[in-house]
Amino acid sequence: MADTEHEFVRSQMLPALAPPSSQVGAVRWMRENLFSGWANTALTLISAYVVIHFLWGMAPWWLHAVWNASSLPDCRKIIQTDFGPHAEGACFAVVHERWKQLLYGFYPDTEYWRPNLALILMLAAIAPILFSHLPRKLLAFSALYPFIGYWLIWGGTIWFPVSALLGFVIGGVVFKLLAEKSAVVAAGAGIVIAALWWMFGESWLEAALHAALPISLPSVESRDIGGFLLSIIIGVSGITLSLPLGVLLALGRQSNMFFIRSVSIGFIEFIRGVPLITLLFTASLLLNYFLPPGTNFDLILRVVIMVTLFAAAYMAEVIRGGLAALPRGQYEAADALGLDYWKAQRLIIMPQALKISIPGIVNTFIGLFKDTTLVVFIGLLDPIGFINAIRATSEWNGIYWELYIFVGALFFVFCYGMSQYSMYLERKLRTDHR
Amino acid sequence: MTPMSDAMPEIATDRQVDRSKMTVSAEVAVQIEKMNKWYGQFHVLRDIDLTVHRGERIVIAGPSGSGKSTLIRCINRLEEHQAGKIVVDGIELTNDLKNIDKVRSEVGMVFQHFNLFPHLTILENCTLAPIWVRKTPRKEAIETAMHFLEKVKIPEQANKYPGQLSGGQQQRVAIARSLCMRPRIMLFDEPTSALDPEMIKEVLDTMISLAEEGMTMLCVTHEMGFARQVANRVIFMDQGQIVEQNEPEEFFLNPKSDRTKLFLSQILGH
Ligand SMILES: Nc1ncnc2c1ncn2[C@@H]1O[C@H](COP(=O)(O)OP(=O)(O)OP(=O)(O)O)[C@@H](O)[C@H]1O
Ligand SMILES: [Mg+2]
Repeated sequence: MADTEHEFVRSQMLPALAPPSSQVGAVRWMRENLFSGWANTALTLISAYVVIHFLWGMAPWWLHAVWNASSLPDCRKIIQTDFGPHAEGACFAVVHERWKQLLYGFYPDTEYWRPNLALILMLAAIAPILFSHLPRKLLAFSALYPFIGYWLIWGGTIWFPVSALLGFVIGGVVFKLLAEKSAVVAAGAGIVIAALWWMFGESWLEAALHAALPISLPSVESRDIGGFLLSIIIGVSGITLSLPLGVLLALGRQSNMFFIRSVSIGFIEFIRGVPLITLLFTASLLLNYFLPPGTNFDLILRVVIMVTLFAAAYMAEVIRGGLAALPRGQYEAADALGLDYWKAQRLIIMPQALKISIPGIVNTFIGLFKDTTLVVFIGLLDPIGFINAIRATSEWNGIYWELYIFVGALFFVFCYGMSQYSMYLERKLRTDHR
Repeated sequence: MTPMSDAMPEIATDRQVDRSKMTVSAEVAVQIEKMNKWYGQFHVLRDIDLTVHRGERIVIAGPSGSGKSTLIRCINRLEEHQAGKIVVDGIELTNDLKNIDKVRSEVGMVFQHFNLFPHLTILENCTLAPIWVRKTPRKEAIETAMHFLEKVKIPEQANKYPGQLSGGQQQRVAIARSLCMRPRIMLFDEPTSALDPEMIKEVLDTMISLAEEGMTMLCVTHEMGFARQVANRVIFMDQGQIVEQNEPEEFFLNPKSDRTKLFLSQILGH
């Protein structure tokens, strides 16, 4: 039965037209996002009023800002003479006066080039890690950087970081030699030999080399290092150390070996259950009792260790989430191709698990970086410590917003940078094309 | 009575299968003796005895849950057996990790869900194991990979990611990836059952050309046409046991056990 009513044949094809003008550009955007329906329109107007009111209130404070003054009363006098007796304004003069302390702590003025150079070299060392299209050979510099950075900031003889580095080299060689037999034994032996070197061989070599060729920088004490420099030292060390440790803990938690699994779970649960500030107090007070008498463990180093352990526990859980999200088939395919455990982890499992975990990892990084401000409670002078100190002086007693805005802005730049990088990385690694 | 020809499954491919190199030698590739496996209390494989000679193409069929996957996964130790003996290429599978890795690099495996590595390109998927397991120089590994990608007819996709390919293409890449390790035995676990009908044919074609080159193959599959054209032996499993095995002709035309008859009538729709 032919159904002629529904028969249709197009005789002419339609040309493509531009969309109507109300459907494009800014007009369309506003229509869709700000003024779609009366409720949306009302909300838009109320919000606009609140924002404008707020800015209106803030504007004079920012516009009256004073950048050159020697004290807070001085600042106020300038504002009042310039803008009338009741005018209020920001006194960023305090930042101008004290920025050196906020950034470097009591680091000697003449040596500022050292942390500056260390920062620039750090960026150079991080670049090849962050951007995979840079030549891979640059990673050798990244591996050396911790020793260079240490020497630049703390100074002293160059032979100390060199002979400390040698410990890693010796440990690495031992590991390489034994790795064929058993990876676990090789790792254990490598660590033991390196530790022996640091305990007994290192100082001897350092003294010998220093006697032969004394190259050194004036040394700077840990207690003189403060301000944002301190935050960066603790934050960056914590970040770079906590990721690998977190990976190991996450793997340990999934291990078939009872001992390794129990230790990992115990560690993660203990550290996550304790506030960071407790760990920091432990670092500042208790470690001295546990360590053999005579070892004077640097306070910054102790804090770095505690912050690292703390972040690593969180990191381990974040990565465990990534591991759990991987289909079993990935493990099976890696096994079926004959890849051993470590190769499968390194080439197949971790790249995917870490990719899934990027948001959580960066979250932990940002949290760690901001938590470095807690060291103020154990007497280290990070930027917050200096704010307290500056506000306690007679010149700047009563100042408040300006210092916190400055320090907050510094932290924001770093944290926002990390967040943006993680977005970039997620976009770049998106290969599933779903 | 149904006429005899109805009992034979339809052929999987129109082309003539070249049987000149499909020769079975006396050499034993896989030897399984009195093998048993349990999942907890559940006795999943019971007294499996199977000898696979080099050059054999074996199709394993059976109802869902009969233990087909478990059986072939035991051959490359993706699953561990608890009793009996499995010898692959003269290497007995024990807890010795070295032996396991050795067997795995000699035995290729293709999965139902492809299991390609989504973060690597097609080419990297194919070169990864040769470079890291066999220590093949990168350049040589790439040449080998391109050779096999050409064989499975997708060399032009080499720099794409698995997510950009169709299911059939992904499965052919998975086959190429296994072949890059130059395995002596290939295991297939329902390689076509996650695919649309038009893609099934391209994957079966690839498997047939592999058989034509004399590869030793064990395939779990419901593609009875493939079994008819390529296999030299069909094994029917049920409840963790080998219930019947025979040459395809006999298997389809003269099934001996009632279970086999029931299964064939269901799967061939008679
Ligand atoms: N990891 C496991 N733990 C417990 N039981 C399992 C596990 N894997 C499989 N089984 C059980 O073992 C039996 C055999 O499973 P197997 O996957 O080998 O069956 P199959 O013949 O391949 O079935 P299908 O055709 O559905 O793939 C099933 O009953 C299944 O439920
Ligand atoms: Mg199965």
